[in-house]
Amino acid sequence: MITLAHFLVLGALLFCIAVAGIFINRKNVIVLLMCIELMLLAVNTNFVAFSRYLGDAAGQVFVFFILTVAAAEAAIGLAILVVLFRNRATIDVTGIDRLKG
Amino acid sequence: MKEGWFVISKTMLLMIVLLPLFGAVLAGLFGRRIGRVGAHTVTIAGVAISCALSMVVLYQLVWGGAATYNENLYTWFTIGKYSAHVGFLVDRLTAMMMVVVTFVSLMVHVYTIGYMAEDDGYQRFFSYIALFTFSMLMLVMSNNFLQLFFGWEAVGLVSYLLIGFWFKRPTAIFANMKAFLVNRVGDFGFLLGIAGVLLWFGSLDYASVFAVAQDPAIDIGSRTVELLAGHPWHVATIVCICLFIGAMGKSAQVPLHVWLPDSMEGPTPISALIHAATMVTAGIFMVARMSPLFELSETALTFILVIGATTALFTGLIGVVQNDIKRVVAYSTLSQLGYMTVALGVSAYSAAVFHLMTHAFFKALLFLGAGSVIIAMHHEQDMRHMGGLRKYMPITWITMWIGSLALAGTPFFSGFFSKDAIIEAVHESHRSGAGYAYFCVMAGVFVTALYSFRLLYLTFHGKERFVVDDHHGHGHGHDAHDDHGHHAPGHLAHAPHESPWVVTLPLVLLAIPSIAIGFFTIGPMLFGDGFGNAIFVREANDVIGEIGKGWHGAVGFVLHGIMQPPFWIAFAGFVVATWIWLFRPGIADAAERALKPIHTLLMNKYWIDNLYQAVFARGGIGLGRGLWRVGDAGLIDGVVVNGSARLVDRVSTAVRRLQSGYLYHYAFAMILGLILLLAGLWWIVARAA
Amino acid sequence: MTFELVCFYAFAAVAALAALSVISVRNPVVAALCLVLTFFSMACVWLLAQAEFLAVALVLVYVGAVMVLFLFVVMMLDVDLVPLREGFVKFLPVGIGIAVVMLVEMLMLIGVRAMQVAPGPDPAAAAGKSNIGWLGEVLFREFLLPFEVAALILTVGLIAAVPLTLRHRRGIKTQNPGRQVMVRREDRVRLVKMDAEGNREASP
Repeated sequence: MITLAHFLVLGALLFCIAVAGIFINRKNVIVLLMCIELMLLAVNTNFVAFSRYLGDAAGQVFVFFILTVAAAEAAIGLAILVVLFRNRATIDVTGIDRLKG
Repeated sequence: MKEGWFVISKTMLLMIVLLPLFGAVLAGLFGRRIGRVGAHTVTIAGVAISCALSMVVLYQLVWGGAATYNENLYTWFTIGKYSAHVGFLVDRLTAMMMVVVTFVSLMVHVYTIGYMAEDDGYQRFFSYIALFTFSMLMLVMSNNFLQLFFGWEAVGLVSYLLIGFWFKRPTAIFANMKAFLVNRVGDFGFLLGIAGVLLWFGSLDYASVFAVAQDPAIDIGSRTVELLAGHPWHVATIVCICLFIGAMGKSAQVPLHVWLPDSMEGPTPISALIHAATMVTAGIFMVARMSPLFELSETALTFILVIGATTALFTGLIGVVQNDIKRVVAYSTLSQLGYMTVALGVSAYSAAVFHLMTHAFFKALLFLGAGSVIIAMHHEQDMRHMGGLRKYMPITWITMWIGSLALAGTPFFSGFFSKDAIIEAVHESHRSGAGYAYFCVMAGVFVTALYSFRLLYLTFHGKERFVVDDHHGHGHGHDAHDDHGHHAPGHLAHAPHESPWVVTLPLVLLAIPSIAIGFFTIGPMLFGDGFGNAIFVREANDVIGEIGKGWHGAVGFVLHGIMQPPFWIAFAGFVVATWIWLFRPGIADAAERALKPIHTLLMNKYWIDNLYQAVFARGGIGLGRGLWRVGDAGLIDGVVVNGSARLVDRVSTAVRRLQSGYLYHYAFAMILGLILLLAGLWWIVARAA
Repeated sequence: MTFELVCFYAFAAVAALAALSVISVRNPVVAALCLVLTFFSMACVWLLAQAEFLAVALVLVYVGAVMVLFLFVVMMLDVDLVPLREGFVKFLPVGIGIAVVMLVEMLMLIGVRAMQVAPGPDPAAAAGKSNIGWLGEVLFREFLLPFEVAALILTVGLIAAVPLTLRHRRGIKTQNPGRQVMVRREDRVRLVKMDAEGNREASP
């Protein structure tokens, strides 16, 4: 029988993998974006699980919205990435420090 | 109908006050449109009607048996229980002041037509003097302290404006600034006094304050307060001394007298109106009006007595050595104000007001006469370059003689009665300090005669010490310096001549009361019921009443006066002056050399001006500089403004290193924060479990 | 161990392994494909939680749209991969360490034992509806305004992506038919009045 803990542990595991991914792929923006998608997936999993176990539809509605925002975010993020690449011919973020204080 | 006539009407009082204001506004704001004639017509008409109505009011009060008018006309504002009103208190004292103010003002208005004829600021000048009349009337007619203060400051403002009337002269600017600042010192005390009245008497209306002051049940005279721990002061003493400090500023008593001689920088009509006849006597009037308060405090009256006596003698002495004709009259004014203050100090309030009135006439006369001489001499004021003017300007000469005789206290002239009354009152008084005051006023009589006749002799008699440059004859071979119309001292373009009628008419009109008014009014004003209940004197202090026991009419007063030392002292002054300045002009220089230290002392006016310059002016500048450097530049700019900016700069310089601009640094910071947050949550949960 | 649980473990394992591949493979194309696999497996896990609509939406939106976009961008950009791998080994221990610490903390906080709750009956089935009907009812009744806002956000995102990537090329010659049509004769030809040439300056 699948308990709530199963889902939560799976979500935590995915989240931590994404965190590790951010660290070890710190230069590659594409992979960073993918890791963010992974994180969102982990969070969504938690929502789905809680919704199921509490019998509340709000959790699943929330996932719906997160999917929406994530799609928009991916579109914008990739557009920025394209512009970045066009301007600098690389997606290496170590070269981007215009906001340095 | 007859009853209506003998009730003072509100409309009339309002007209008396507002007509000069109306004229001032018209002449001031629309001066250019209505022109010179328009300006002097509206202001003179306003003041003339005001003067006539004031006389009507006086007549109603004194002969018509009209009751004292005391009503609030308008509520200015209300704060809690206290409400400030604009109201009039018109009793005989007020009515007398109103007549004096409006009459002298009217004379000065007329005189100004001649005196200022060539001045660019003609309309402005008329606007100012009409405004002054309004302010002074507000002051004397007030029925509460706040309106009094309004009038007090308003006359101060107009005085400031008029001293600096020729604002392109640096000396005039200096003088009006000085007058303003010195008056601030006095006004500070005055304001404190008013605050004290409100605090301890619970009201600012004269009627209720005097009611409290005279109520034996409240017995405010014995109430004390500890300003310094362990030193109880009578509240009445504090209030009265504070109020009197205001009077010292306005009436130019030592040590706040320094502004008055300098105020002679203003046009001469102003010196006559403001700085001799009316405004400077506002302090005397105020103390007389507050007589129920001042009667409560023996200490305050002694203080007044000593200050007044010092002023009376020592400023008169300075007058003896001055060479500027206006300054001689100015120091004479100071000295006479000292006499009035002495009278106040011995509780002879009615004598003070009596002298105020006579002085207003003869001193205005002297100033206007001096102005007439100045016109004739083409704005030359140094008496060393005058002399022998009597044949050129006979009317001025005669009227100046009348004024001087009145000032010196010649029997039957008005000044004789008032001054003698004051001296008698001081003689009768047993107040501490009265001995010193008696000496001062007696010596002052001699000094008064000395400088008065010196002025006359130097100006009108003796050899002509000026040169008339004849511009029509070209064969004189003058040096080039004469060609540009700029005259060396003592050089005149034309021979002096008598002034136009607008100047001499006021002189004549003022000469009449200077001769006669004392004779006719001494009886009712001093010994009769002249002031009604406007002035309050306690039984024990009633020196005037004491003198009045020997009162057998004005002629008897004169005959009695001739037997007394003051007359002979004045006569001695006259003789000495005549001898020195009329018959033996060389003696003056010899005496000057012989008495070098005293002469230097007097020429430098006891170094009081220098002292103020060095201590207060320098001190003020130094304090300001110090506050600027330390407080403003150092503390506020340095620490608060720039300091906080520098702090932000330092902190942000350190903190900006965190903003590397690298994406993964921010991500790392976020994740680190997340870890710490989780750890914190965990710790809280573990503790709760 | 029920069948469901077996399925859960199987899908979870696939998802975790695929996620690990996403962060570790050298080629972004492969990473994207692995991410697709992760999403797919998680969709299956969601199915096990009776969230059928979201599972399908995840596959459609992510696998069908977002990940295709990713693949498209990755393939379009000619990315030099070598410098991007710099520091990979160096940061590997840090990344693993942090991930482990975070995992431990999360598990502690979750309280695995306390959370071993058996699910109740499927709320959608209990209400006598399908999952999609149950969700739709809530979405369109209680969350209508957020739904509209979300639609707006998507639209804005869609439009924003266009100007971001739009490129204006300089120096390109194009025709403007509107201006060509509106041209007048005066714009093209200027008639100048001149005197006729005289004989005075005749050629020598």
